[in-house]
Amino acid sequence: MENISKNLNDILIIKNLSKIYHTDDSEILAIDGLNLNIKEGEFVAIVGPSGCGKTTLLSILCGLENKSSGEIIYPKGKLKMGYMLQNDTLFPWLNILDNCMLGLKVEKNITNENKNKVLKLLETYGLKDFIYKYPNNLSGGMKQRVALIRTLAINPDILLLDEPFSALDYQTRLAVSDDVWKIIKKEKKTTIMITHDIAEAISMADRVIVLTGRPSYVKKIYPIIMENKSTPIKNRNLKEFRVYYNEIWKDIDIHV
Amino acid sequence: MYSNEHKKYIRKKKIRKILIILMQILLLATLIIGWELLAKYKIINTFITSSPSNIIKTIISLYKDNNLFNNIWTTIYETIISFGIGTIIGIVTAIILWWNNFIYKVVDPYLTVLNSLPKIALGPIIIIFFGANIKSIIIMALLISVIVTIITVYNGFISTDKNRINLLKSFSASKYQIFKMVILPSSYSTIISSLKINISMTLIGVIMGEFLVSKKGIGYLINYGSQVFNLNLVISGIIILMIVSYIMYIIVSYIEKILIKKD
Ligand SMILES: Nc1ncnc2c1ncn2[C@@H]1O[C@H](COP(=O)(O)OP(=O)(O)O)[C@@H](O)[C@H]1O
Ligand SMILES: [Mg+2]
Repeated sequence: MENISKNLNDILIIKNLSKIYHTDDSEILAIDGLNLNIKEGEFVAIVGPSGCGKTTLLSILCGLENKSSGEIIYPKGKLKMGYMLQNDTLFPWLNILDNCMLGLKVEKNITNENKNKVLKLLETYGLKDFIYKYPNNLSGGMKQRVALIRTLAINPDILLLDEPFSALDYQTRLAVSDDVWKIIKKEKKTTIMITHDIAEAISMADRVIVLTGRPSYVKKIYPIIMENKSTPIKNRNLKEFRVYYNEIWKDIDIHV
Repeated sequence: MYSNEHKKYIRKKKIRKILIILMQILLLATLIIGWELLAKYKIINTFITSSPSNIIKTIISLYKDNNLFNNIWTTIYETIISFGIGTIIGIVTAIILWWNNFIYKVVDPYLTVLNSLPKIALGPIIIIFFGANIKSIIIMALLISVIVTIITVYNGFISTDKNRINLLKSFSASKYQIFKMVILPSSYSTIISSLKINISMTLIGVIMGEFLVSKKGIGYLINYGSQVFNLNLVISGIIILMIVSYIMYIIVSYIEKILIKKD
């Protein structure tokens, strides 16, 4: 209950959220009384055992699923969500530019200004030579960057990333998470990222939220404070990193 | 520059390909010549087996009587009309079923029953309802192709990756936008290959229809030939049909290749 206390910087307050899935032969309580506040501009990582309800939480936040009970409050007005889904969802029949414009197209909001912004993003993040290529010509890391730019193109107030790097091999994963983190910081986006990789969460986030196993609620919140905090890859070498890692690992381990 | 090894490999492959084509031609020639010789020396009864030379004569005389292309065209025309109507009805119905799952659930068992029914059984009813004319032929062919089209295209629609649909939903897309931007492009190749199957189904339907109510067409030639016991005509009809359906198949495959190349 500690995190219900109001804070002036909160832009999203999740209060006592529960979600029950109904299927023909059972009822699944996925989320049970989850409380969480998100502050403007912060990077929050959510970790928890697989199947605990992380994807469900994001789906509810962006309106793909209905909540069963609880409240979602926007103290500073309704937020536009930019959802980057768990799986690679670039459309193989669209080139990279059109993939990035998809959200704008749905919103019927393709102006020259918006198009130039997308082109600028593609250029800034090393995809300039690929704008007329198709997704199957791109490496896994590039695809992830395209998916992020597609999400940024609609200019969301808050980014929801669902295990954005899980499809990548370890080396690429480190490099791409560094890239993505830099993009997000540069664009100054509030971000909620789901991951099951504790190290990734600690190295990237301002706060790490640990969820319990299903039905999930917030078990613990770790503000990540490190003396020489910089980019994700570098953060992994800091002495505080180990400490956080061990603590969070224990938190999750108990429930597996 | 290729290594000698590679050149050898290429040459070996080429020789094999030529050999296969040679064997295919040889097989055909043996069949035709054997058939002709057996007929010539009266080892087989040409009254029921016909012979290659008789078939050629029959086709030439059909051509001279101005009947050959007339009949071929009739069959092709009926096939194209039924194919066109069947495709449109099939796809539109599939769209409606995708759009409204309730309707789908309601009609699902009917589709299954209709699909498993051998459509030829409906022939007599069709003739009584629509008369012994081209209308009945087209409806016969339609019935054969349309149910399969509905089922195949619908299955294509619903097998669309759920994540892609969710992505569009996260942009607050309307149902129409979801259909246009994800469902349709995702099912594109399913639709095209269903059309390819469809054209041969339609041809089967048209020939069956022509058997039932024939005045013109390749099916009519075959059926008429059997009624007057003119086996030259029957076998000529079958061979013409073989050639026509093969050419249609090639054209459709070619179109399929062009259409699917895009992605
Ligand atoms: N559409 C659904 N219908 C029924 N059960 C679901 C549905 N989506 C998820 N679940 C169930 O809810 C639980 C949480 O799923 P999810 O949020 O995907 O977990 P996570 O992302 O943490 O791995 C799982 O047990 C899953 O089986
Ligand atoms: Mg998940």
